[in-house]
Amino acid sequence: MSALVGKDAVRQSLASFRSEREADWKAFEALLARVEKRAPRTLSEDELLSLPLLYRSALSSLSVARATSLDNALVGYLEALCLRGYFYLYGARRSLRQRIGDFFLHDWPHAIRDLWRETSLSVVLTFVGFGAGYWLVAKDKGWFDAIIPPSLAGGRNPDASVEVLRQVLYDGADSNFLSGFAAYLFTHNVQVAILAFALGFAFAVPSVLLILMNGCLLGAMFQIYVAKGLGVELGGWLSIHGTTEMFAIALAGAAGMRIGTRIAFPGELTRMTAAADAGRVAATTMVGVTIMLLCAGLLEGIGRQVITSDVTRYAIGGGMLTLWLCYFYLFRVVRHGDR
Amino acid sequence: MATARRAAVSTIRPLITPEGVDLRIKLADAGTRAAAFLLDFVIIIVTAVVITIVALFGLAGLNGEGAQPLFIVWIILIFFLRNAYFIVFEAGRRAATPGKRTLGIRVASRSGAGLSVDQVIARNLMREIEIFLPLSIILGRSEMGLADTLSTIFGLVWALLFALFPLFNRDRMRIGDLLAGTWVVEAPKLALVEDLSQRQNARAFRFTQAQLDAYGIAELHKLEEVLRREDYVALKAVAETIGRKIGMMIEPGDSRAFLTAYYGELRAQLERKLLLGTRKADKYQR
Repeated sequence: MSALVGKDAVRQSLASFRSEREADWKAFEALLARVEKRAPRTLSEDELLSLPLLYRSALSSLSVARATSLDNALVGYLEALCLRGYFYLYGARRSLRQRIGDFFLHDWPHAIRDLWRETSLSVVLTFVGFGAGYWLVAKDKGWFDAIIPPSLAGGRNPDASVEVLRQVLYDGADSNFLSGFAAYLFTHNVQVAILAFALGFAFAVPSVLLILMNGCLLGAMFQIYVAKGLGVELGGWLSIHGTTEMFAIALAGAAGMRIGTRIAFPGELTRMTAAADAGRVAATTMVGVTIMLLCAGLLEGIGRQVITSDVTRYAIGGGMLTLWLCYFYLFRVVRHGDR
Repeated sequence: MATARRAAVSTIRPLITPEGVDLRIKLADAGTRAAAFLLDFVIIIVTAVVITIVALFGLAGLNGEGAQPLFIVWIILIFFLRNAYFIVFEAGRRAATPGKRTLGIRVASRSGAGLSVDQVIARNLMREIEIFLPLSIILGRSEMGLADTLSTIFGLVWALLFALFPLFNRDRMRIGDLLAGTWVVEAPKLALVEDLSQRQNARAFRFTQAQLDAYGIAELHKLEEVLRREDYVALKAVAETIGRKIGMMIEPGDSRAFLTAYYGELRAQLERKLLLGTRKADKYQR
């Protein structure tokens, strides 16, 4: 009979465990539901201060419940509640403005500086591709069609007359169409850049090929213009946006190479940690690349059609490149404290 | 039973809070994640179609004038829908897209620290090669009618390789998860339900010590599940089985009352043992 009395006592104490703390859990749940929907600013000071207290009390209830109670639903409820609270309270998030500020002041230039080795390789590869494209077309005109698909060439080929080639360079399209064209260029280029990045996953090989091909395209195009004595003019036409765009694509390729090489050769870290590290640097770079491509799209879609003077085109192109280089490699903000 | 338990254990990962409590997070299984993705995909497609229809109506209404800004808005919106949908939702407070939220899962950092925006971006940019690239290869093939079988097969193998990647690793990670240092965990919103042992019974049952010793914690949890489900047939079957085991005759109409009473007594018995330091895991343990 004493066993029965003992059982009843346990049952009683567990029931009061629940009834005494239930109000706290409910309050925590309601508070969490509110902060998950709206900014913590909407909470009163008391509520804000009670949040961590309620979280700890829920956590301690969970420990007690796990050790003493066999009510599966109760333990499950507390586990889910504590997990939600944990994710909210320890998911330390900064305000949007702070995050954007940090991105432009530290994260973006830092990520690019971190990628300097891959970036230089990517630039070198672009030039190698350029040289190869130029040389191939100079050797044999037939290569031009092989390198640049006719749909992309838009009437430009080794046999086109000087007038046709010049027309492409200086005829601004119908000005009504410009901003739409810029938007199209931007979205298209970003998609290509994301591809160049994501393909890096396959041990960087596709990224390298893509960058080489990109340079090759450029070299082939240059050759036919140089052959007609329009090399300087084409340079202006390309550089107004090209310095930004080619740099951005080189960076995207570099980000791709980083993830590919880090997965292949993780060094002292485990493969998982190395991949995660590389992925974060690369992601920051990719956001930057998107911004650069937005600039390039605007320059290409609007600037190039409106500005037809070679000098101005070169000046803008060179200016943009200097700007990017200074921002990435010279601009350093000293960080105080632990952020 | 044994295999089921092993499978359940393998998806649970420790997450020790700074307070020293292990929250034992449960990884979302592949099926749930696929369902969440499909839901998001449908949302994206439907939104894209709606945006396009609105744009076309706008175009008809404007008679060609002002088509330019409309085109810009359309192209930018579609671009954002494709690239920013997942990023914006996962970078939000709940770290889940509407599809994930519906199924009660969310993205979390593998390290247990807060999820940062660059992680979210990294994991979602990889969708480009996981889904959109193979999709466009396959669509492009079928559109051109150029049945280049080899490249279609290549595209399919690629798509399957990446789509099934989560099945080939312990942590159910996509390639994007691998590169971002994230995983997808279950974070359901559960309501606090009634304590079954507090239920008042119309009829009183008495059990002897031997009758209460017949089962352990595993069976108690199963019994709790059955009682909460309130399925008459299941209740009757379980009541008969338990009655046979402990040697009691149960009227079919009494099965719910009997099970509730037995559950209450059994739990009190096992909880008391727990307090005294013996954890009777299941009925085989003496």
